[in-house]
Amino acid sequence: MADPGIAAHGLVKRFGKVVALDGFDLAVQTGSVLALLGPNGAGKTTAVRILATILEPDAGQASVFGLDVVREAEDVRAAIGLAGQYAAVDESLTGRENLRLIGRLTHQPRWSIAERAEELLDRFGLQMAAGRPVRTYSGGMRRRLDLAAALVHRPPVLFLDEPTTGLDPSGRSDLWALIGQLVADGTTVLLTTQYLEEADRLADNIVVVDRGQIIAEGTPVQLKANLGSTVVEIRVADPADAQRAAAHLRQIAPTDVLAGGTLAVKVPDKGATVQEVVRLLDASAIVAESLAIRAPTLDDVFLQLTGHPVGTGPDEAAPQPAGSVGVNQGGAS
Amino acid sequence: MTTLVAQTDLPLPSRRRSKLAWAAADALAIAKRNVIGMTRRPQVLAFATIQPVLFVLLFRYVFGSSIHIPGVSYVNYLMAGIFVQTVMFGAQSTAVGMAEDLRNGLIERFRSLVMARSAVLAGRVLADALLNVFGIVLMLGVGYLVGFRLHTNVAALVAAAGVLLLFGFAISWVNVLLGMAAKSAEAAAAASLPLTVLLAFPSSAFLLTSNMPGPLRAYADHQPLTATVNTVRPLLLGGPTASHAVAAIIWYVGIVAVFAPLSVLRYRRAA
Repeated sequence: MADPGIAAHGLVKRFGKVVALDGFDLAVQTGSVLALLGPNGAGKTTAVRILATILEPDAGQASVFGLDVVREAEDVRAAIGLAGQYAAVDESLTGRENLRLIGRLTHQPRWSIAERAEELLDRFGLQMAAGRPVRTYSGGMRRRLDLAAALVHRPPVLFLDEPTTGLDPSGRSDLWALIGQLVADGTTVLLTTQYLEEADRLADNIVVVDRGQIIAEGTPVQLKANLGSTVVEIRVADPADAQRAAAHLRQIAPTDVLAGGTLAVKVPDKGATVQEVVRLLDASAIVAESLAIRAPTLDDVFLQLTGHPVGTGPDEAAPQPAGSVGVNQGGAS
Repeated sequence: MTTLVAQTDLPLPSRRRSKLAWAAADALAIAKRNVIGMTRRPQVLAFATIQPVLFVLLFRYVFGSSIHIPGVSYVNYLMAGIFVQTVMFGAQSTAVGMAEDLRNGLIERFRSLVMARSAVLAGRVLADALLNVFGIVLMLGVGYLVGFRLHTNVAALVAAAGVLLLFGFAISWVNVLLGMAAKSAEAAAAASLPLTVLLAFPSSAFLLTSNMPGPLRAYADHQPLTATVNTVRPLLLGGPTASHAVAAIIWYVGIVAVFAPLSVLRYRRAA
């Protein structure tokens, strides 16, 4: 591969006994967008923090534009912007003051600092709130300001650590549009996410991460090829029927049996196949308690790739309670 | 549409300017940010102002009527203690501010920028010094209103303020470390308060240590806050101060020598 903008090779990072990264390789072509997709505690954030020079790896190397993130950390810092799930802006300062502070701290020419702040406030729709302390901002506004703060010094490389986690759908789509524009301008982006939809929407390439290791990579199209475009989720009234129902449904489309008598049927289209699923259940005298149609999620990817849901593994005896994702890595997230 | 991101051949910030000048500029930028933050957070202003004012009134009028210090009016005796205590209480905001910055990810962002790594800590300590100047001036005004009178001269007063700022500088480093070790702003405040109380009350700030029971007196006579009060009081009221000043300076050097490197170490590993 020619001149990756961001490269990592054999990264290892431990926090006490927890191995956050376990031989992690990465290459992001200049001008492209790569998504690290994985559950909480998979090591995504640790990878970003190493690449952003915040953490040093225990082993392995990483570089940004050929600059080593450990030995040439200062040069790397001049080339990168970091925006994250914590929306790291000063709550007491106004939006404008936050951007000017970052301008000063990144050693921008004095004359350009105020101008750049206004430019970003306009661009991110924050001009109306620019004179208010960030404490009064909504979650979506904070994220937009956080992203703007990462761009003050015009970095050619941008790290986005779960940029939309915790945002409502409209805040999320606002942010997606803004990120899309940055990408169109030629920024090289590494983003982490727990949402398949987000990776699909923004990234040229997706790397699926679990327990500090890469378990799959490819374009969104390649990754979704085996998932189907739609998932029909059925809960059967009698859990004892689940396996029998799955056997029938597999005649139509790939079907996974989830916990609690729930089946996930991965169908290629929304219309005809869904009707077929219903007819088949009816013909087999299986009573469905509920039936829902949804887009594939990270859970489906995981089940597809690893055969077990997010947060559980073949080596873990007890399945985790529903809704819990991943082991908590102390200090790693 | 405005282009948001420049090409990769954008010149890196010039290296020719000395690193020290950069570090100083960064520390000033952070200090300014901290000062603005203090003025916008009512609870911080309250720590820095209302609380010491209440203590002046409390000791002057409530306890003061029952406290008798030979050879000096209690209000004059009291003010040295009030000044030192103001600095001590103000330093709690350091611990809280550090913990907040760590928790909300601001430190993480700062560490990803080209800015000097020393700036976050230096800026914090610098902002504290400014807060202390403000607190000292305010308490001087309040003191005058309740009957305190300076018995020395302006030069001695300035020297007293200097000692108070040095004390504040040393205590700031302790609170920087506390703030980074704490898991949350609330925990930082909770950890800082006992330190404040243990130094401020078993001391010569408000009472004569000679009336305290033996072991307590031994502690009270040999702790940094007492050394500070005993240095500041003669500077306000007259009397020998040199030996106390030596003890106080030794304390400050010792505290900074221990807590500044620990803070820097902790900061390097933080977040």
